[in-house]
Amino acid sequence: MPFVALSGIKAAYGAQPILTGVDLSIERGEVVSLIGPSGSGKSTLLRVIVGLLRPSAGTVAVAGMPIDYASKRDIQAVRDRAAIVFQQYNLFQNMTVLRNTTIAPIKVKRRAAGEVEAEARAILAKVGLGAKLDAYPDELSGGQQQRVAIARALVLKPEILLLDEVTSALDPELVADVLDTIRLLATEGMTMIIVSHEMAFVREVSSKVVFMAEGRVVEVGSPETVFDAPQEARTRDFVSKILRHR
Amino acid sequence: MLDRILSELPRFFGPYNLIFLGEALLSTLALSAAGCLVGCLVGFPIALLRRTRGWATLPLRAIATGFVELFRRVPFLVTLLTIFFVSQAVGLSLSTFSVGLVSVCLIASAFISEIVRGGLASVHANQTDAARVLNLSSRQTLVHVVLPQAWKVIIPPIFGFFVLFIKDTALASQVGVLELTYASKVLNSRGFSAVLVFGTILLLYFALSYPLSRLGALLEIRLAVRRSQRD
Amino acid sequence: MNYTLHYGQVIGYLPDLLIGAAISLEIAFLAFSGGMVIGLVGALARTHGGRFLSAMAKAYVIFFTNTPQLAQIYFIFFGLPDLGILLSPFQAVLLGMTLNAGAYLTEIQRAGLASVRRSELEAAQTLGMSRLQQVRYVILPHIIRMLFPPLSNQYIMVTLGTSMASVFGVEELTGRALNVNSTTFRSIEIFSLTAAIYVGMTLLASLSLTVAGHHLFRARMKTT
Repeated sequence: MPFVALSGIKAAYGAQPILTGVDLSIERGEVVSLIGPSGSGKSTLLRVIVGLLRPSAGTVAVAGMPIDYASKRDIQAVRDRAAIVFQQYNLFQNMTVLRNTTIAPIKVKRRAAGEVEAEARAILAKVGLGAKLDAYPDELSGGQQQRVAIARALVLKPEILLLDEVTSALDPELVADVLDTIRLLATEGMTMIIVSHEMAFVREVSSKVVFMAEGRVVEVGSPETVFDAPQEARTRDFVSKILRHR
Repeated sequence: MLDRILSELPRFFGPYNLIFLGEALLSTLALSAAGCLVGCLVGFPIALLRRTRGWATLPLRAIATGFVELFRRVPFLVTLLTIFFVSQAVGLSLSTFSVGLVSVCLIASAFISEIVRGGLASVHANQTDAARVLNLSSRQTLVHVVLPQAWKVIIPPIFGFFVLFIKDTALASQVGVLELTYASKVLNSRGFSAVLVFGTILLLYFALSYPLSRLGALLEIRLAVRRSQRD
Repeated sequence: MNYTLHYGQVIGYLPDLLIGAAISLEIAFLAFSGGMVIGLVGALARTHGGRFLSAMAKAYVIFFTNTPQLAQIYFIFFGLPDLGILLSPFQAVLLGMTLNAGAYLTEIQRAGLASVRRSELEAAQTLGMSRLQQVRYVILPHIIRMLFPPLSNQYIMVTLGTSMASVFGVEELTGRALNVNSTTFRSIEIFSLTAAIYVGMTLLASLSLTVAGHHLFRARMKTT
């Protein structure tokens, strides 16, 4: 049984349709990358999975259970299992790095502060920010903030991690550290859905690559298939364009 | 005319008048301060209410919006007169000060709720998005994320409103509240020259309002600096 | 509560109230226009005048924005006759409101002028525009666009402020409402109607200003 199963997902922002019918399944342990042109709905799909956007049609099922988007409990249950990291990091500006990572487990899961802080420290050290626990977000570089965002997601011990173009807002020299962190998580077996433009990285770390365009899934395959031998014309078109820029 | 004013000065600034003006000044301050205090207490929940979404709170939200738009779009004087005459017609015998107090509280609530609403909205959506996906409740999001960031945007305009409000209490004179403007009418009718009386009242209002304006400007600078301090 | 609503008795006075509303709008228009002229002069004095003119303008603004409009009009209405100047109530009210509006409008226009000086002027200069062209194509559009919201808000404030003319016997909306009230004693009906007319006037003003803003600037502008 797939861990996350999407079928016939349609979604829109107001009157503007973005997703026009997405079918996708993700198994535990997979690292699935979503690639495609801007506006193809990749980020929107992540927002649907995590309950920030309600689909106008279709079903999303996590571990076999379909999500009722009208039910607050269902949405909260999904967010217990799936954590998302945004392109703009979305760190809480009024809290230190440590507080940013510990507030959710303490306030939502009602865990003991001491225990949560110890775990947070360990994870922050793992992503290379052990020395920055008392810093505020505006004292950190973009790459550091992004790693805090990832740590904040990891402290919740999610079963699946969604990464929405997490390096797109970063200066080039800061990208590598973030990618290293993601690579590490992949080797540890974390189930992930990654939306990214870093094609070399996508190729290296993914177990499955999904090409999306105009709000639907065009092609799904292993990195080698999608990049070297794409089946669909649209995929070929996209891949050749990005490869030409190497 | 200058001779007239000079000759009136000793009598005008005599002890009786000074006490009279002093009481009137306190009245002005009391009305403004009480109004703003109640305005904050009532305005804040109204702002929160208007930020909710969904069908359940729609009726309450509509009433709140109606309330705010009403008291912001009707002149202060008309609000005062309405409460004055209507309370009489209905049989409630309210003192003039009570009429003034009720009016300022209603008006301040409407204006302050708008200020609070603006301040809460100034917190970027990405902060509330992050809070939502972490499963923080609405209350937790408000207390731990939104308010700590919003208060710096809310405080200066509220202070500015308080300063503005002191001037608006002048209209309470028209329903008989014994504040500064009413006192000036009384003194003028006692025979003191208009230029002296109304000039003095203008200076008294200025003495109240200007220092507070400067304080508010300073407050705004201080809070803005602290926001961008850690760059 | 022994009061029964009788709107029927009061509806007959509606035309009277509406004429009063028209007078309120007239006062607002005149005071705002006069205030805009004063505001322009004052703003220019603050940004381009010498030390003395700038200080004078600043003093004017500080005085009129830190004292109540009602007290200002009282001073003019009762004080000027002592100085030998006799004005009708309407004139006195208009003078007071114009001077008061002028102070706020000076501040608004000053902010507009001050905001343009630097980078836009440089850009226009490097493009080789003459001074006049700079003003016409760069400075003026920018200022008008930037000042549209605060000016719109101020216009609504002035409109609401006309109600104090009633204190001096001017027969605008509030004045007429008081007259009708003293004749019929139907307070709830009269004042609810009056309030509704003020709300209607300001809503109309807000909406038309927002629409005008959209057309003039093709951008999202918010007015109260």
